[in-house]
Amino acid sequence: MILSIQNVVKRYADHTALAGVSLEIPKGQIFGLLGPNGAGKTSLIRIVNQITAPDEGQVIFDGEVLHPKHVEQIGYLPEERGLYKKMKVGDQLMYLAQLKGLSKAEAQSRLKDWFIRLDIKDWWYKQVDDLSKGMQQKTQFIATVVHEPKLLILDEPFSGFDPINANMLKDEILGLKERGTSILFSTHRMESVEELCDSIALINQAKVVLTGEKEEVRNRFKKDEYAVKFSGELTNSSAFEVVSIDAEQHSAVIKLAKSNGTNQAISALIKQVDLFEFKEVIPSFNDIFIQVVEETK
Amino acid sequence: MNKILLVIQREYLTRVQKKSFWIASLLGPILITAIYAIPIWLAMQDKEVKRIEILDESGLFQAKDLVDKEVEFKLVNKPAAELKASFSKEGFVAFVHLPKNIVSDSKELKIYSEKNLSLPLKSSIERVIEKKVRATLMQQAGIASEVYEKTQVEINSETISVSSTGDETSSSSGGAMILAGVMGMLLYITLLLYGSQVMAGVIEEKSSRIIEVIISSIKPYQLMLGKILGVGMVGLTQFLLWIVLTIGLTQVASTFYGSSPIQQRVEQVKKADPEVAKTMEASPMDEVTKVIESTNIPLVLGGFLFYFLFGYLLYSSLFAAIGSAVESTAEAQQFTFIVMLPIILAFIMAQFTMQDPDSTMAFWASMIPFTSPINMMVRLPYGVPMWELATSMVLLVLGFLGCSWISARIYRVGILMYGKKITVKEMAKWLFYKG
Repeated sequence: MILSIQNVVKRYADHTALAGVSLEIPKGQIFGLLGPNGAGKTSLIRIVNQITAPDEGQVIFDGEVLHPKHVEQIGYLPEERGLYKKMKVGDQLMYLAQLKGLSKAEAQSRLKDWFIRLDIKDWWYKQVDDLSKGMQQKTQFIATVVHEPKLLILDEPFSGFDPINANMLKDEILGLKERGTSILFSTHRMESVEELCDSIALINQAKVVLTGEKEEVRNRFKKDEYAVKFSGELTNSSAFEVVSIDAEQHSAVIKLAKSNGTNQAISALIKQVDLFEFKEVIPSFNDIFIQVVEETK
Repeated sequence: MNKILLVIQREYLTRVQKKSFWIASLLGPILITAIYAIPIWLAMQDKEVKRIEILDESGLFQAKDLVDKEVEFKLVNKPAAELKASFSKEGFVAFVHLPKNIVSDSKELKIYSEKNLSLPLKSSIERVIEKKVRATLMQQAGIASEVYEKTQVEINSETISVSSTGDETSSSSGGAMILAGVMGMLLYITLLLYGSQVMAGVIEEKSSRIIEVIISSIKPYQLMLGKILGVGMVGLTQFLLWIVLTIGLTQVASTFYGSSPIQQRVEQVKKADPEVAKTMEASPMDEVTKVIESTNIPLVLGGFLFYFLFGYLLYSSLFAAIGSAVESTAEAQQFTFIVMLPIILAFIMAQFTMQDPDSTMAFWASMIPFTSPINMMVRLPYGVPMWELATSMVLLVLGFLGCSWISARIYRVGILMYGKKITVKEMAKWLFYKG
């Protein structure tokens, strides 16, 4: 485990942001931290970053109780991110890299590599004020990863990115994962969860309401529903029940009477109609998200 | 520790590299030199002699009574109404009408002028008339004019401070007052200037949203401390530049002054008449020399650095706390007043301290940490007992520690607070937040 969050409680004057949150985040994975706005994601991330301390509970980082020295092994791209506007890109990144514990020489050589890699060699002496938003985002990303952290925390990393930069960011994230970096990825955009995450945790109202490996979670939310295409007249039978039907498209969703009863369902179907297609309905994370959040309100 | 140094370095370099820093550093000494040089330059210009017409109905005045270095009088004898109409056309600044009974009833004296008469000119005219009237009155009372002349003495005292060991140094009350005023003013300006620079820096970090990235690398109090120290060093650099450039520029200005015709003439007169030379010694430059001789320069300079540093640290930590709680400079205004109030109060108190540096108010003003930097600096040139100075310094350091503790607690909560209107009550609550 890169991160083990144990029963963390964080209270503010007028509300409880985290009410006993426990999470295990495995090494080398992209871990999605999901939840609606105000669920407590940012509070949890700030505790891992040691910006604030928990009122109760503890956080274990790579086998050790979280300690100020660990900030150098964590990279953090906050949702609200900015740069010093009146500083040159190179100076700014040197400053941020050195704050993360790199020596001057090391910072310089690694930054040069990144500048070449992202094809922004001539930006070093540019003032941040003169950069476009996309350019600033690249700069911020470099600042997050330049010290080669063990754990990368990305809070809504794709917000504000154009498709080209979003793609670049996605490739970089996957590349970092391949090189062994663990990534904690906070978002409420489910399409990026489907695409990138290996495991997820869903936080709602200061509590973890769902956690697990992505496919396993999805299986948990399967409802024995199948999408069928056919010609003919479709009605309920003992093997299945019609959930919805679209007569024009000759398609319908049916729910099996018992799990694993696919063969019975198919034989019942071919008695009624000509069957063209029979496919399991796999729940999207969007549906799971909405369902769980509704249930835990 | 290493990281605080990084913050100090960034804060210092980004400010020192700005054009505005160099403009202020260069303009400061030029302004100071100008304040010092312009009066001298003006004095070097020949003054225009003002011409005045006098209608003397009393017949008391003769041409020899009407002598003044800045005013030229002309006795005339024409009807008053005609003179009123003609004096300005003939190039006279004013027309003075002396009534018959000027000796017994001086209220009847009237001065007519086209424009408002300047105060120095009015008093020059009055002085000349007064002198003659007084002499006449003396004569009438039976006092001989020689006796009267003899009584016209001017007293110039020399002030000497005596230490407990009996050492005597020539002191200069006027000079001490000037020095005190300059010190107080300088502290007042710099506390406000650099304090608000710290605040602007904090607001910049918060409003540009870089803050969260930074404090995921270092502790908020480290960032605050680094910022305050960095800006403080910018202040010290600016002082240093000001001192060096001012000395340089005044050297240039005084060489120019020294070789001027006026200075040469002064030297000639001194050689010719030692008596005149003695009175000429009491020039403003001499006063300055006297101040330098009579004040303990290392003590005053050391005191200035100490009170600037700790006064700055105390106030800038409060400015930083305010900066952290708001999102724009405009929003900060309502709170800056709370911090500026004690600085302004200290400056007003300093005016009284300057008048009477040993009063009870001056004592307390130089003890309380919020007012002590300015007020103790004002008292220092006059001489302050060692124990008072030590107590004041210790209290200021304690005050700084207290304020920075409070500020750091407000700061760490404030910098992460967005989209909320903050009140003073709210800030007070933050003091008791955990972690």
